[in-house]
Amino acid sequence: MSPQEVFAPWDDPNARPLIQFKGVTKRFGDFTAIDNVTLDIYAREFFALLGPSGCGKTTLMRMLAGFETPSEGTILLDGTDQAPIPPNQRATNMMFQSYALFPHLTVRDNIAFGLKREGKPKDEIHARVEEMLRLVQLQQFAARKPHQISGGQRQRVALARALAKAPKLLLLDEPLGALDKKLREETQFELMDIQEKTGTTFVIVTHDQEEAMTVASRVAVMDHGQLKQVATPPQIYENPNTVYVADFIGEVTIFQGTAKKADGYYEFTWAEGQPPLKCRSPLELSNGQSCFVAVRPEKVEISHVKPEDDNVLPGKIIDIGYLGNLSTYHVELGNGQIIRAQNFNTDRSTRQVFTWDDQVWVNWTVGCAVLLEQ
Amino acid sequence: MRRAILIGIPFIWLLALFLIPFVIVFKISLSDLALSIPPYTPQLDLSQGWAGIRDFFSQLDFENYIFLTTDDLYWRAYLSSLKIAAVATFLTLLVGYPIAYGMARAEESWRPMLLMLVILPFWTSFLIRVYSWMGILSSEGYLNQVLLALGIISDPLTILNTNAAVYIGIVYTYLPFMILPIYATLEKMDISLLEAAEDLGCSRFSAFWLVTIPLSLPGIVAGCFLVFIPTIGEFVIPSLLGGSQTLMIGKVLWEEFFSNRDWPVASAVAVILLLILVIPIVLFQRNEQKQREAGK
Ligand SMILES: Nc1ncnc2c1ncn2[C@@H]1O[C@H](COP(=O)(O)OP(=O)(O)OP(=O)(O)O)[C@@H](O)[C@H]1O
Ligand SMILES: [Mg+2]
Repeated sequence: MSPQEVFAPWDDPNARPLIQFKGVTKRFGDFTAIDNVTLDIYAREFFALLGPSGCGKTTLMRMLAGFETPSEGTILLDGTDQAPIPPNQRATNMMFQSYALFPHLTVRDNIAFGLKREGKPKDEIHARVEEMLRLVQLQQFAARKPHQISGGQRQRVALARALAKAPKLLLLDEPLGALDKKLREETQFELMDIQEKTGTTFVIVTHDQEEAMTVASRVAVMDHGQLKQVATPPQIYENPNTVYVADFIGEVTIFQGTAKKADGYYEFTWAEGQPPLKCRSPLELSNGQSCFVAVRPEKVEISHVKPEDDNVLPGKIIDIGYLGNLSTYHVELGNGQIIRAQNFNTDRSTRQVFTWDDQVWVNWTVGCAVLLEQ
Repeated sequence: MRRAILIGIPFIWLLALFLIPFVIVFKISLSDLALSIPPYTPQLDLSQGWAGIRDFFSQLDFENYIFLTTDDLYWRAYLSSLKIAAVATFLTLLVGYPIAYGMARAEESWRPMLLMLVILPFWTSFLIRVYSWMGILSSEGYLNQVLLALGIISDPLTILNTNAAVYIGIVYTYLPFMILPIYATLEKMDISLLEAAEDLGCSRFSAFWLVTIPLSLPGIVAGCFLVFIPTIGEFVIPSLLGGSQTLMIGKVLWEEFFSNRDWPVASAVAVILLLILVIPIVLFQRNEQKQREAGK
């Protein structure tokens, strides 16, 4: 693969996926935890699962690892049905959300556990364990038992243990949640580095969108056991397919209204007495169909004088969130709807240009908002 | 002050119920046999003041302990008790572990009921339960009748009054003491550890060996001591179920006290038994301590 070529096997109709979920449903009693999921994950991918608590991320992982069997559908790994293959013979390793470290073994023996089962020579195991300890910066703690180290250190041991066997497929269930920001970022890049070097395929669960955006080749947004959207981080962010996804990933303002076809764009009516919005969209909507418009705060400009643009709305600043590098303004529009706008604080000498109760104009260019059917 | 009371109460308890009786027994073991009441001399006569006390101590000696070494009955009885206790403990472990394991893996709603069933035998007298084993194991007993009726054996088995009956009795009686601590460790074990072991390439069986067994080890050790320690001095089971060849120190002790009425020698036997027991008891305490520390 030449550096110019982008890694996007999901766009290649000839590419063979490493993992295939085909109509997989998982029920616990009469509760449906996974609802008819069809999904392809390709070799060398860094695939992130995002979704609210209880949406079925861990269950999906456990089915891949072999701890749960699908109630319906099949899971293929490298084209072979995984149903009859027990967990210990699958080419996957999982990092458990609860870490599941062996309390009776030292950090070193925990990491060596999987290697020893393979019957590798002693010095090879030793070298590999040392390498893993270095990776997660736990050399000084190698001789301790899990109850003698901190929560973040435990998480790193669990990560090292899962990585040690260099499996074809690594399942990481919230691998970095307990780490501080700096170590988390370091480990994220470390993971990407490992992935680059070893060609391992990663499936990672995370609650941290920024993390998903940073590390993932593709992101899946889940809700109630269903996949809402599977796409690359920029696609997910810029072209969410539903209000749910738009709202779940990042900050967004949602307008509800009706669309009317115009010349090359849609005219979106959303509140009485408010100017209609202009929106381009590949969607085919009928006249008067109810739909939504989503705008990200960083796309919204804010100014004291009325700008020349397509989507211009008057309003009043009711709240300012100062985040250091940028500020978020909550602007109340004429009908009471609140829109969020973001400005970079590029110049530290100028005093705050906008302040509470300022009458301002917000505007964004036609291409910046997304029209959503549901 | 509060602290002093808190520590003081068990301290006084131990002093009154353990240390003082022990000192009395130890003192008797240093005395001589006498045909009077009590059946030993000397006795402390405080009316003669210092001379009486000096006189009293000058008459105490280790004669009875020396006697124990001259008759090989005693050390053979000690050894045989240790052997029987060790074998019986092992057998109890073999029976108890699978039961504890099954209980810990049973549906959660079933567990209180299963625990009840384990403790249920304590509701009847221990003596009655051992007696009923006589009825089961004797040559005309239920066991032989069933086996004969099924045609598995043609002549009744002799089990009662053999060491086999003693082992059956001990395993039966002390089984709850084995099951409960093992169950406690298995029940709190995190099942995801087994999943992790399997994920890392273990078969079900090796996951059991490498994870379940080591994690239940504190329970196994506790259970073994809880069976082993009382079994060494066990008297009722060997005397009711055992035969003439069953040699256990508890029986010897009983005979010295009540048949020979040789209190001083009997006391010496008891003191030595206690010294032998100190070792496993200390080890047991260590195990408990370690477990508490690990649990923190
Ligand atoms: N063994 C089980 N029996 C019954 N219900 C279960 C079982 N395992 C999971 N569930 C249910 O399935 C749903 C999905 O659980 P899952 O653990 O996959 O969630 P999750 O997305 O990983 O959540 P979180 O982000 O909190 O870890 C939950 O509602 C959970 O209660
Ligand atoms: Mg989870």
